This record gives sequence, structure tokens and C-alpha cells, in this order.
Amino acid sequence: MTETVLSIRDLTLALPKGADRAFAVEHVSYDVSEGEILCVVGESGSGKSMAANAVMGLLPKGVHATGGEIWFGGQNLLTLDERAHRSLRGLRIGMIFQEPMTALNPLMRVGAQIAEVFEAHGRHTPKERQARALALLEEVGIPQPERAIRAYPFQLSGGQRQRVMIAMALALEPELLIADEPTTALDVTTQAQILKLIRDLQQRRGMAVMFITHDFGVVAEVATRVCVMREGEIVELGEAREVLDHPRHDYTRALIDAIPNDAVPNRHHAAEAQPLLEVRHLDKVFRSRGGMLKPSREVHALDDISFTLSRGETLGIVGESGSGKSTLGRCVVRLERPDSGQLLLDGVDFTTLKGETLRRGRRRVQMIFQDPYASLNPRTRVGLAIAQGPIANGVPRDQALAKADELLELVGLGGVADRFPHEFSGGQRQRIGIARALALEPELIVADEAVSALDVSIQAQILELLERLQQTFSLSLLFITHDLRVAAQICDRLIVMQHGRIVEHGTAEAIFRTPRAAYTRELLEAIPGRDAVLASA
Amino acid sequence: MLYARLIASRLVKAVIVLFLIIIFNFVLIQLAPGDPAAILAGEAGATDEEFLNQLRERFGLDQPMYVQLWHYVSGIATLDFGFSYRQQMPVLDLILARLPATLLLTGTAFVLSLGLGILAGSLAAARVKKPSGSLIMALALLFYATPLFWVALMAVVLFSVYLEWLPAYGMLTVGAGHTGLALALDVGKHLILPATTLALFFMAIYTRMTRASMIEASQQDYVKTARAKGLSNGVIQRRHILRNALLPIITLAGLQAGQMVGGAILTETVFAWPGIGRLMFEALQQRDYNLLLGIFFFSAALVILFNIVTDLVYRLADPRIKEAP
Amino acid sequence: MSFFARFAQNRGALIGVIILAVIIAMAALAPFLYPESPWRMVQRPFLPPLEMDGFPLGTDTMGRNVAAGLMHGAWVSLLIGFVSTSVALLIGVPLGAVAGYYGGLIDDGLMRFTEFFQTIPNFALAIVLVAIMQPSVTSIVLAIALVSWPPVARLVRAEFLSLRHREYVEAARLVGQGNATIILRQILPNTLSPIIVLASLMVATAILLESALSFLGLGDPNVMSWGYMIGAARTVIRQAWWLSFFPGVAILLTVLALNLVGEGLDDALNPKLARERS
Repeated sequence: MTETVLSIRDLTLALPKGADRAFAVEHVSYDVSEGEILCVVGESGSGKSMAANAVMGLLPKGVHATGGEIWFGGQNLLTLDERAHRSLRGLRIGMIFQEPMTALNPLMRVGAQIAEVFEAHGRHTPKERQARALALLEEVGIPQPERAIRAYPFQLSGGQRQRVMIAMALALEPELLIADEPTTALDVTTQAQILKLIRDLQQRRGMAVMFITHDFGVVAEVATRVCVMREGEIVELGEAREVLDHPRHDYTRALIDAIPNDAVPNRHHAAEAQPLLEVRHLDKVFRSRGGMLKPSREVHALDDISFTLSRGETLGIVGESGSGKSTLGRCVVRLERPDSGQLLLDGVDFTTLKGETLRRGRRRVQMIFQDPYASLNPRTRVGLAIAQGPIANGVPRDQALAKADELLELVGLGGVADRFPHEFSGGQRQRIGIARALALEPELIVADEAVSALDVSIQAQILELLERLQQTFSLSLLFITHDLRVAAQICDRLIVMQHGRIVEHGTAEAIFRTPRAAYTRELLEAIPGRDAVLASA
Repeated sequence: MLYARLIASRLVKAVIVLFLIIIFNFVLIQLAPGDPAAILAGEAGATDEEFLNQLRERFGLDQPMYVQLWHYVSGIATLDFGFSYRQQMPVLDLILARLPATLLLTGTAFVLSLGLGILAGSLAAARVKKPSGSLIMALALLFYATPLFWVALMAVVLFSVYLEWLPAYGMLTVGAGHTGLALALDVGKHLILPATTLALFFMAIYTRMTRASMIEASQQDYVKTARAKGLSNGVIQRRHILRNALLPIITLAGLQAGQMVGGAILTETVFAWPGIGRLMFEALQQRDYNLLLGIFFFSAALVILFNIVTDLVYRLADPRIKEAP
Repeated sequence: MSFFARFAQNRGALIGVIILAVIIAMAALAPFLYPESPWRMVQRPFLPPLEMDGFPLGTDTMGRNVAAGLMHGAWVSLLIGFVSTSVALLIGVPLGAVAGYYGGLIDDGLMRFTEFFQTIPNFALAIVLVAIMQPSVTSIVLAIALVSWPPVARLVRAEFLSLRHREYVEAARLVGQGNATIILRQILPNTLSPIIVLASLMVATAILLESALSFLGLGDPNVMSWGYMIGAARTVIRQAWWLSFFPGVAILLTVLALNLVGEGLDDALNPKLARERS
């Protein structure tokens, strides 16, 4: 019989006045037991992290408990004073966070930051602390721990920093580990490694883990039990297998269905003799300009890239951060200028256009951006934002604004042209961005991580919209993404990139069924929940 | 090695800036209304034809512009700042004689303002929304808005005229003939008012900046990490928040050096402190423009030197820039 | 919440607005209440405050009416403060915008130029400029503008640097908007709030600079100013402290009010959007 480590009973946390709802979480109850991983799943704004913050005594300013209990080690944490609560943090409850890049103090060496945990609880001599820190770094699998212990955080990669965070959280062998979206900011292959590390450590030490995530793939990968949250309430709580295979609640089912599944796509688009876009031997090197006495550095972002794209076809460019996929997209729309190579649009070279000719030529290739909060000018009404393109290209203002109305209708947002961007949700802004891209009646649209910043349920809607519009206007789509699952859902063909080079190129089906490059296989295997989902299919 | 290279590149930059200032001075003399020789000699010197001719010859004022510029630049490059007709001394000697007093005053005020400013700012940051924190910020705003020379005058009225606690003028008691420790004490007593009034304004700046910077730093993720470790509030404030918050303060301290020179001109004028600020005021009153330009050049050089020092300190404090200077 | 509601929430800012309104009223009413030149000797010298009707603040060393000087001085302080700030904005905003938007060599060149002006001790530079150009309202305005534009250029450049790769700016470029349109319509409006806040603080600094210049005797000899009044009374501080005291309070209140208004504008223009992301 395993012991219950943490027991949350009927917890209600109030948000400050003026928030969009009164309570962050309402009447929430769940337990976390020794040796299990409880996944708390929800979309943004579901309140999934709030209970964890209450457990740590680290609630944001203005949020406070108005009811319920949190039992841990025979104490109700909600009634503890700050001093007593502090003595639990780091010692009996460890926590890791989402952003490894900012979660470590930039001015302190890694070893000192780990040693601080012992210092905070008065353990060991300074010398022993360093020895322990080294052992911990070894345990979490950091390469060259003797060097890493003397490193500053900026000298480590994101994955390595997250390992340091885990080492700190586990330093005093806590009974409970809280992991708040610990892999969300990482590349998919790094994510797979960190998930494995957490699972291994949990099994070796038999701790209880509370794992907060938005990703059902991750849930399938690590969870013993699952707690699904929406708008501050629990909608479903149960064994992981049970919830994943037989979700009882509609919302859970919708979330699971919204994950692009791995049923391998069977879309295929016949290649044409004369492709719309032909990319030949594209090269791009970024040089950090050296100063008077400073050497310059080079990054080969694009290395001999060639491919073609037909009319009405969707081509996916897949890769991790630093693969050069975004640079490729930016070169195609000519936000960047390639160093050499050609971009032929209907046989006309787009790379050599300059000044006024480039400005007029831009009409044919448009882009949909990643961040719905940054892609619209906060001071421009959305109707005008859409009409600006046609106006700049000589369409009379009235006519352009009327067209903007039609386009908003088309993307499912009729009659909102005179509102400002802040009145819309992320998904709605992305629709406005799509309408803006369509306003110039382009032939090719580059979508750069166009759904990455959205919740899964919204993601599915936007992908559907894109697909419908593509068919209506027989658009060509260059779909750039880090997420193979999303790519599989919408693309006819895929290109896999790594370090600025194309490592594999083929139909989506072929890449999923018979990946040839080792890197592609690695990427496919790293997709969280893949084994689990396939097993159930 | 790294630092040698860094200092070298900064010195090259400094020389360029100083050269530009020389040219700027030259252009200013040319643009000013009236005879350049008269300007250089100052109003009083204008009557002395012989001295004017001497000046015309020295700067080649009857020759083409580029020759004049060459005379001017090469003069300063050899540390020849010309002669002050009014004071009957070479400009360089005048400046060097007054420099120690200014360094003593500004140095004391700098240390005082930085130390107290950071202290007050951290206190205010830790007491946001409490009366004591608001009081500190209200005082900081008040000192920030008060004209420096006026505070100095009011301090004289209060502490010298009415309370008779501290001397109002000069750097030492004339004719007392103090030596050794007695001299140091005497100078210290004379230093209190000027240094404090000069420090007040800068203390206000550092207080405001420290508070803002600490509040900003306290919202960073690594502070949450530190709390999750179970560290006490004091340790988090000192080791995590303050250390990160100090980085922008170092940059600001460098930028304030130029302001400090301006402040010194006013304070030295009020307290008759025998530094280059007071010298500048005298030069103004006597329209001794050559001396004025010499002091201007010298104070710019001092500020640049100070900027190089703060730049190096910043690099020592922030490990992230060690890699690429 | 509207801009005015947010501004009014800051009590200090409201007090600042009231003080500023009083000072502006002083400047506006001066020619009506004291139509005579404030330089005219009207009574015996060293008349202490509140001793004679019509001279609430007494007279100075030359028998001039201190109250009249104070009111006429308000006009000069405000004029020089606002005009020199406008000139500084006219230099700094276009320079920073061009440097930040185009980047590269243009940015390098313009920023070296800005740094040069920033390294020079600015009060010393202002003194040299006014002294050699001869003191006048024009030379004082120019000198103050010349020493105070670098922070504007740096601020505008930093804003442009961070906004020029913002996605909506890139979208504007993609739909074919020209550089001028993008700078003026897409980026500049989004940098206005920090510029406005900075400008209100610059007016305060300019007033301090002007008073310091005229304190040193570098004021325009034709207009009465607060700094001159303090400077002229400096030597008689032991006999008549009030001659220095009242103009100083006037400067202090004006500068304080402008700072309070600046803080209020900052609160009102840059509300911290507490977007919940859990």
C-alpha cells in the first residue's frame, strides 16, 4: 500500500479583483502518493499551476486561499507561517519550472547555486556541499560535471540548465517533486531526454511527482494518474490509461482528439511540371559583426537548400530550434536576403529584386506569423490592418476596407473591423493575421510556427481554417513547424532540417512510415506519447 | 590579456573623443562673434594689443584655417593649454593646482551618494507600499527636484550662519597653520557641507534607480527558484536580487560622472571650494575663455577616464560579457 | 480604464498638475499684475517680506520687487523648459528612429555621434556654449537642447530596435508598405508613451539647467529669471536669506510638479497588463 504524500482538499484560491474570473481554482481535491506521477493537465488559464504554487507557498501577489486544506506531512500547509513553510521548501518539497533560461541566477556559478540548497537548510560544510553538488550533476547526466559545476548558466544549453534545476530540486531528496511545465520550452529531442530523466529519478527514489503540463502526449509518456482541469475546476481525475483510452468527459475527449494523431497521413499532391516555387542552392551565413578587436563569428543557417513547391501543395519544413527552418521561411518571403542561390517564382528570380520592384513583387508571397500577440499593431484597428496591404498597393481606401470586412467574415470574425487587437483572443488574432495574409491574394503563403503559440483545441481550428482556405484559393503553403504531429496533419510533403541542411525529404507518409535519416528517426521517437498512442490505436 | 586588449580599445576611443572635443572647441572659437584673439584673451585682455598679437601669432590666426587648427591641436597634444592672461599663469598649472580639491570633493560625494543611495533604494524596495518606503521615495523625489546651488545656499544659512556648526567657505581655516591630523580634521570639517549637498542630488538618483532595479530583479524567475530552495528572505534580497540589480547601477554611475562635474561647478562656486569648478566660475566672470575651454577639455578627459573604469568594473561584475569583450 | 482615470488614480500626479497650473497662471498673469519691468527699482532695498503692502516678498539689493520678479521669472523658466525640450526632441527623435530602424553602419555612425555628446560633461558644455555665444534666450535654449537630446535618441533607438523586428512591422513590410510609412505609422505611434514621459522629465531638467546657468551669471540680461535672483542675492545671504529662498522654492515646486506629472503619465500610459498565463 503506497502512502499519500500530498492531499489537497476542497481548495479554493481567489484571484485579485478585476481578473477575468473570481477564482483561480474552485473546490479542487486530489492526492499525490508515494511513487506515482500525477499529471495536472489543462490549457492556458485553467488554473493548473495554482494549486502547486499554493503547496510551495509561492502564490503570485493578490492570489490567496479562501477555503480548503493542503495536507502534507501531517500539517495543513495553508495554516503554516512563512518560516515553517520555508523550512519545507527545497528540503521536503522540490520544484522545477518552465523556463530553464531564466530560472537560474545569471551571476552565480552552477555549483554555488546547487550548494545553496544545502546552505538554506544548514546541511554540510561548504566543502561537502561542493562534493554533493558534483555528485548530483553526475546523477542528472550533465556531460563533464567537473566543468559544469564551475560554469555560469549562460554557458549551458537549455536542456543542461533544466538538468541543473532538477539537481537542485532533488538535492535534499524531497518526498514530493513539483514539475511545472518543465519541458515546454525545450526542443522535442531534449524534451524526451528530460522526461526520461524525471521518470528514472522518480522510480529510483520512489518520490511523489506532481507534473503540470498542457500536453497530452507528455501525459501519455509519464503519468500514473491524470487530473484534467478547465477554468479552475477538475473535469476528470483517474488512472492515466483509463483517462487516455476512455475519457468520460467531453472536454477531455476533445483535448485528446485535438492532438494531431499519428494515423499516418495519406495526402498526396501530384507534382507539376512547372512548380510555383523553385528553390535552388540557397545559402545563408549569419556573421556576428566583430568590433575593432573582436573576432567575428559565423553560423551557417542555410546550407545548399533546394526544393520545389507546386500550386495548391502544402510543404512542411520541420526542424528543432537552430535548424535554419525559420531563416528559410524568411528568405522565401524576402525578409532576409540569401547570400547565394535562387528563389524562382514562376520562373522569375525573386532573390534579385530590390527596392521598388521588390516592394511590388511582395504581393505574391505572404506570411502568417507565430506570436498572435506581436503580429498585430496594437494601435491599428483590425480592419485597417488587413486593408493596409491593398492600400499600399494602390487600391482605394474604401474598397480595401470593404474587402477587409469580407475577409474577416471568411475567417469567421464578421463585423469586428473597427475593433483593436487587444479585444481579441490569441486564436482570433491568428485568424486576423490569416485574413491579412490573404488580402493581397497571394499565390504562396509561408506559415512560420503559425499554431505553436496556441492551445491544442484552438490549434485544431486554425489548422482546419488553413486547409479550407488553401483549397478555396488553391494556395501553395510552406508550413514551418517544430512539431511533427502538426506537420503530419496538414502537409503533403515534408522536409526535415538540421543545422541548416536538409536531412530528409519526401511525402509525409513515407517519412512517417520509413524514415531514412537517423535524425528523422530520432525526432519521430522523441514525440511524446507516440508509443502509448500507437499501442492503443 | 583580455583586459589589456579591452583597455587598449577603450583608450583609442577616448583619444578620438578628446580629439573631437578639441575640434569642437576650435569651431566654437571660430563661430563666436568677434575677433578670435579677443575671445581667447578674454574681455580684459582685449585692451592689451601686444598680448593679442602674441596670441594671433601663437595660434596662427592670420593664416589659413587648417594651419590654425593644426596649431591648436598640436598645442593641446603637447599639453600646452595656453596662458591665462588674467591669472598670469599657464592654464595647465592653474588646472593641476586646483585638481586635488575637486577630486577630494567629487570622490567623497560619489562614495557617499552611491553608498547611501543603494542603501536607501534597497530599503525602499523591500518596503514597497509601506509608509517607510514611501517616505524614502518622497525624500528622494524632493532632493531630485531641488536645485543644487540653492540647497547649498540654504545649508550655509542654516548650518553656518544660524547654527554656526560648520564653516561656510573655503577648504581650510586660513591662517590657522594646522598640520598633520589637525589639518586633515580642518579640511574634513570644511568638506562636510559641500560634499553632502553635492551628494544629495546623486543620492536621490541612485535611490530611485536602485529601487526600480531591485523591484525589476525581484520579479525574475531565478528569485522564484531561490524561494523554492527555502532560502531566507535576507539571503534572497542580498545574494540574488541586489547583486543582479546592481549591474544597471554601475552603468548609471558611469553616466553620472559628467553630471558630477556640473554639480561640482555649482557647489564649489557657493562654498568657494578651491577646485576646478570654482576656477571655471572665475574664468566665466573674467571672460577668460581660453581657461574656460581648457577646463572644459580637462573635465571631459576626467569623465572619459571614469567611464573606462566603470566599464571595467561592469565586466568584473557580470560574467556574461567576459567571453566577448 | 481610460487614460484620465488611470492618471487621476495617482494622487501625486494630480497635485503636480495643480502646482503646474498655478505656475502657468503666475506666468500668464505677470504682465497684468506687475505691468512694470521687474528690473525697475521701486522701493528701498532689502525690504523684508510682509512689511509693506504691494511687496509681499520684499525687495532685493537694488530695491526691485521680488514678487514681480518671481512671476515674470515663471514665464522664462517655462518658456525655456518647453522650447528647449521641443528642440531636443526634434534632434533626438529622428536621429534615434533612423539609427534604430536602419541599423548597421548608419546606426553605428549615429550612435558614436550620440555617445560623443553623452560623454561630454553636459553642464560644462552648456556653460561653454552660452559663454562663448553670449547669453541670450536663444543661446540658452540651444545650449540646453544640445546637451539634452542624447537620452531621447537612445530611448527612441532602443524602442525602434525592439519594434523593427516585431511581427506586425515585418507584416507591414511584406504587404508592401514603404520605409517612411512603416516608421511613421507602424513604429513611431508605439514609441510615443515613453517619449512623452521622458519629455515631461526633460522639461524639469531643462528648468534646473536654466536656473543653474543664470545663477552663474549666464542668464539673458534682458529677462528676469529665478536662477538670476538667487545668484544676485548670493553675496548677501547673511543679511537677506529670503531673497534666495523664495525663487528657490519656486524652482523646486515647478520641477517637483513636472516630475510628479511625469510619473503619473508613466502610470497612465504604460499600465502593467497583468495577463494571466498559467
